[in-house]
Amino acid sequence: MKKYLAIALALVIALSLVACSAPAGQPAAPAAPADPAQPAQPADPAAPAADASAIKIGVILVHDENSGYDYAHIEGVKAAQAALGIPDSQVIFKYNIPEDETCFDTAIDLAQQGCTIVFSDSYGHQSYMMQAAVEEPDVTFVACTGDTAAFEPVDNVANVFPYTFESRYVSGVVAGLKLKELLDAGTATDPYVGYVGAYPYAEVVSGYTAFFLGIQSIVPEAHMDVQYTNSWYDPTAEAEAANALIARGCVIIGQHADSTGAPSAVQAQLDAGKVAYSVGYNIDMQSAAPTAALTSAQNNWAVLYTATLAKALNGEAIPKDYAAGYSDDAVMISALGASVAAGTAEKVAEVEAAIKAGTLNVFDTSTYTVGGETVTTFLALDTDGDWVGDTGEAISDGIFHESTLRSAPYFGLRIDGITELN
Amino acid sequence: MTKQKKEPLVRISKRTSGLPTWKAWGIRVAALAASLVVCALVIYAIVKMNPLKVYGAMFEGAFGTNKRIWVTIRDTMMLLCIAIGLAPAFKMRFWNIGAEGQILVGGIASAACMIYLSKTVTTLPLMLLMLALSIVAGAIWGFIPGLFKAKWNTNETLFTLMMNYIAIQMCAYFVALWENPFGSNTVGVINPQTRIGWFPKLLGQDYMLNVIIVLTLTVGMFIYLRYSKQGYEIAVVGESENTARYAAINVRKVIMRTMAISGAVCGIAGFLAVSGASHTISVSTAGGRGFTAIIVAWLAKFNTFVMILISALLIFLDKGSIEIASRYNLSNHVSNMLTGIILFFILGSEFFINYQVKFHHGSKREARA
Repeated sequence: MKKYLAIALALVIALSLVACSAPAGQPAAPAAPADPAQPAQPADPAAPAADASAIKIGVILVHDENSGYDYAHIEGVKAAQAALGIPDSQVIFKYNIPEDETCFDTAIDLAQQGCTIVFSDSYGHQSYMMQAAVEEPDVTFVACTGDTAAFEPVDNVANVFPYTFESRYVSGVVAGLKLKELLDAGTATDPYVGYVGAYPYAEVVSGYTAFFLGIQSIVPEAHMDVQYTNSWYDPTAEAEAANALIARGCVIIGQHADSTGAPSAVQAQLDAGKVAYSVGYNIDMQSAAPTAALTSAQNNWAVLYTATLAKALNGEAIPKDYAAGYSDDAVMISALGASVAAGTAEKVAEVEAAIKAGTLNVFDTSTYTVGGETVTTFLALDTDGDWVGDTGEAISDGIFHESTLRSAPYFGLRIDGITELN
Repeated sequence: MTKQKKEPLVRISKRTSGLPTWKAWGIRVAALAASLVVCALVIYAIVKMNPLKVYGAMFEGAFGTNKRIWVTIRDTMMLLCIAIGLAPAFKMRFWNIGAEGQILVGGIASAACMIYLSKTVTTLPLMLLMLALSIVAGAIWGFIPGLFKAKWNTNETLFTLMMNYIAIQMCAYFVALWENPFGSNTVGVINPQTRIGWFPKLLGQDYMLNVIIVLTLTVGMFIYLRYSKQGYEIAVVGESENTARYAAINVRKVIMRTMAISGAVCGIAGFLAVSGASHTISVSTAGGRGFTAIIVAWLAKFNTFVMILISALLIFLDKGSIEIASRYNLSNHVSNMLTGIILFFILGSEFFINYQVKFHHGSKREARA
């Protein structure tokens, strides 16, 4: 009998280790289009006038530096530290904090360790951050990629979000040029694009719509299918979704999910003789897909952290919502891959300049239709908790102003030409 | 040439008369001490840091502030509750590895009450209803594999494991149903402003009620297993079903009843997790603790008071590792290594408690003979 006990114990340990190492949560991945008409506040680093020791920073991360998404946040905070002269002793990183009461405990714990401002990097942390803000009124809690700060009953909370929709639009232009090249060469006959999305909510919808509009600016007849994985980070599901889309005939695969699953799958298909190219997110995907990766839409969190911390240092109020895009260098695309079409770099520079200048609006309502009609009104904000917008007109002057009424994206329209498969 | 049967250098034999308690505990403490020494060597060899400082940081991570102490206590109570639930099943040699699922269904029941009844039912009846429903949900989830085992002799290990996945899928369904905001796939904190369905503060402490409930269960389960007739039946069925039958014990009934009880206590753990700690529900509400608790139950030999110590040790390691990861920038892999080393030694100590190891010194003499 004892022998069985020993075997059972060994099994138990194995199981519990597996259970422990299971993914703890999903990092929220940002995505949002920009409103060039209203340039965001510049992230003025330069002047670390105030005493850097007056603030202490806590950072709650859903994973550690091994996740591209969290790595971007860690680097962002470090860059902000360098810009503002904040020593390492004034910053506490908390890694692998799941999106449950652990986040609340950690936020309170950071406050008790003397932190004056606490950041969290994942969407699911938000409600715990807001809960902590009620208990620690003297500390500012910033939920990156969150969306409820404006409606919280307390003032010491904030949300920040980059205009990821701008970089997605630009990455869409890169994809569109490649698509045009394939069509012109006869390598592809159908301008069919696929997109691996995480969850069917506004952040993702806003992102894939911007990507699609970028493609359509080059290839107007393009059409796109979206396959959801229902996870922010699931390499297997993302790879399967990419394979399914390629099997349907897609020749470009975009993504709003945090792993290299889709680019790796696309590279394997390309190597097997299919026509398939990948547009990634968060990190440069060329190591995962050397010839299939065209570019990736990226966020430069350093700009957002620097701007927010500069305000904290100077004793200014932290706005409840803060978003920034190309004009502040808060978003960008990664280095162009080996397979991009000729002339891509020039076109990208042109589009980026137009976005910065405010002459190009990603969600210009003349460029898309919903149910065959041009959209003229959209209420972006929900105040009664039913998740249907009841206030905040987002459309004016023929432009859908994304991420201006609040930092988190709210473009939830399903435009013509895009099909959600699940 | 005469064939000489060589005696092995090391001989391992089962201890026939169990070790006296003090000796057994001596071995365990020695194992713990040895594991700390090995960990210290690893820390020094790999990260070149003073191990005592690292241990000090771990201690501060678990007990450094009042808040941390209470979080450590809360998580200890949660793990303890699950281990208490598993104890009767494992004592019966029924391999219930389905605690994860039983916790989740209990948690789903509690969360449903918090979401749907927050406007109609007042706090006290709501709490009692949540408790009752989580018990029922957990009991059903435990009873089903018990029933199949009793009636058709199905393999309970696989059955309870599969029930976990059903519970996880059910939970995913409810998370999608209750998600807040729409499409985010998280439920978020339930009733954040009104705090309806949350454990109330007792004696000024948020988690005092968790402690009271779990310690009541600790004492109750100890008495049940040690002194009640049903507890005796469980022990007999666990030792030998044939003996149990011979003693006119209805084995099937005992299996089903015990599994319902086991599931029910795990259901309470789900209630604690949702109402007493996270105030939300997700597929990670159980978070692997249903498996970790199996170690707790086994190491404690189903003695619920010993489980308190072991739960506290595991939670301490967990909290400590988070602290050293943050303070010294050691990745979680280092703290996982330390936890692994400590568990290895503790589990290994059971071997020396159950078996005698004799080194043979007479081999040379025999070779000459």
